[in-house]
Amino acid sequence: MGSAKTNIRNSKTIRKTPPIASTGSIGWIRKNLFSSIPNTILTVISVYFLATIIPVAFDWAFISSQASGENRFSCSSSGACWAWIDQRWGQFLFGFYPESERWRPAVAFILLIPAILPWLIEDFFWQRYLRVFSIAYPVVATILLVGGAGLPEIPTDKFGGFMLNLIVGLSGIVLSLPIGVMLALGRRSKLPLIRYLCIGFIETVRGLPLIALLFVSNILLPIFLPTDVTLDSVVRVIIMVTAFAAAYIAEVIRGGLQAIPSGQYEAAQAMGLTYFNSMRLVILPQALRISIPGIVNTFIGLFKDTTLVIVIGLFDILGIANAMVSNPDWMGLSTETYVFVALFFFVVCFSMSRYSLWLERRLEKKGPHEW
Amino acid sequence: MVSGNIEDKHTFQKKAFIEITNLNKWFQDFHVLKDISLSVKQGEKIVICGPSGSGKSTLIRCINYIEEHQTGEICVDGIELKGDLKNIDSVRREVGMVFQSFNLFPHLTVLENCTLAPIWVRKTSHAEAKEIAMQYLEKVKIPEQAEKYPGQLSGGQQQRVAIARSLCMQPKIMLFDEPTSALDPEMIKEVLDVMVDLADSGMTMLVVTHEMGFASQVADRIIFMDEGRIIEQNTPNVFFENPKSERTRLFLSQILSH
Repeated sequence: MGSAKTNIRNSKTIRKTPPIASTGSIGWIRKNLFSSIPNTILTVISVYFLATIIPVAFDWAFISSQASGENRFSCSSSGACWAWIDQRWGQFLFGFYPESERWRPAVAFILLIPAILPWLIEDFFWQRYLRVFSIAYPVVATILLVGGAGLPEIPTDKFGGFMLNLIVGLSGIVLSLPIGVMLALGRRSKLPLIRYLCIGFIETVRGLPLIALLFVSNILLPIFLPTDVTLDSVVRVIIMVTAFAAAYIAEVIRGGLQAIPSGQYEAAQAMGLTYFNSMRLVILPQALRISIPGIVNTFIGLFKDTTLVIVIGLFDILGIANAMVSNPDWMGLSTETYVFVALFFFVVCFSMSRYSLWLERRLEKKGPHEW
Repeated sequence: MVSGNIEDKHTFQKKAFIEITNLNKWFQDFHVLKDISLSVKQGEKIVICGPSGSGKSTLIRCINYIEEHQTGEICVDGIELKGDLKNIDSVRREVGMVFQSFNLFPHLTVLENCTLAPIWVRKTSHAEAKEIAMQYLEKVKIPEQAEKYPGQLSGGQQQRVAIARSLCMQPKIMLFDEPTSALDPEMIKEVLDVMVDLADSGMTMLVVTHEMGFASQVADRIIFMDEGRIIEQNTPNVFFENPKSERTRLFLSQILSH
């Protein structure tokens, strides 16, 4: 009896901490990289692959690269030639926006930060005031970019470079979400007229390539406008990109709405909430939360699609890159140029992706979400 | 309108509060409710029982127009339920409902669940809504959970929150749709206790349930439904001791045997 007791106690003391091999970095490596023979083979192949590629890429991009010079002929090193950045930086950012006025988009960009952060982060400092500011921001930004209020007017066909991607992308994102929500709700409406209008819009826009929508935008949009109104091409692009993204967002949100159990709708009804309030306070907060991955997915797609403005003669960052690659001074530097452009897109898209993960995790912390 | 109703209530204490006449409802071709007539007086507690598919849940869901009826008439507190959205809204304001699956809003705290409707439907101030909510959370004995989210509570606690949430609208009548059917056995009692307290406070109640102990303790009248009809209704004593129809006797023998 007595010895059996000590035995039990002994075995308990031993099991208090797990064996060393299953914890710490060694444990992690063993468990994740060398847990079986196929796993070990994959690990070895991957390590070999990375070991071959990373030093070469690093050497090309940094060590043997050259960052100054007049044109491609002054680049003599074996690595990348970054000399053009110095000359073309402004064009990549602002397109053909007059050099003397480039402070204006720069200021608009800086003001964007306080305009957007109080919506992305809860309990941001001065949240209430900054949110008021962000409602005024579109007007401020438009005046800065286009002119008016004492600033000389800049025609939008001078817009270009990364600035154009940001303008079209952000406007598309900000406008397509509310429109997408309305389309999703409309598609589930009990009123047949609203329902069929929404279905018609979603299916038509989703059934066409964005590039085709952009091509026909100058034929299509005037049909819905008074004859004396001519649409600026940047505005036209924003409308088309927004419509396109809204159709996708609508379907993503419809999926979210369908995941909400009917009991939630019934409870909201039974309390006497109006349709508008029950959607705003009960259904949409839940449906949007479920739809975050899909919505962000659509936004990332939208942002990359802003490069399509090239088909209606606007020069976004990719258009500027194309133009530069065919310029005799810098011909043949396509790798450098496209890597540079890719970095811009990657930074923006990856940030969006990380933000959505962060948001999901933060909402998760607010309590388990079950019905 | 509101003042008129209050006056009605005082002058005609025993006047029917809910008046259902010849109610018929179909789900597509399926005839769920057949010529239901029922009147409920102020302060009355009615238990509705019957086999599954008998239409008992559908019947009480018609009373706040979560289900739409096709023919017949439902009057709640003198307001006819049909068509006019304004009527439906004002009926829903007077009628509280508790569901089998609780249907709390998972993205809101317990307190927010309770203050939502008072703030947005009754236009109560935030402070007052909170005060009322705490008062009812106290009544259902979980004021300490006010800041938690529904997902962090047990089923019994969630159902008690759901009851408090309905009471926060200060309804004149409470509908219960199998409030204990989704609960683990050990949690049923805590919910029934709250319901008994509520009955003692004089609330008009319509309860769909198979808890016959609760029925005999609280009900003024028990209604037995089968195949969309009211088969019989009586006081608990007569209903249990001396059921009139064969169908009722069979049903009682089945549910009382375990």
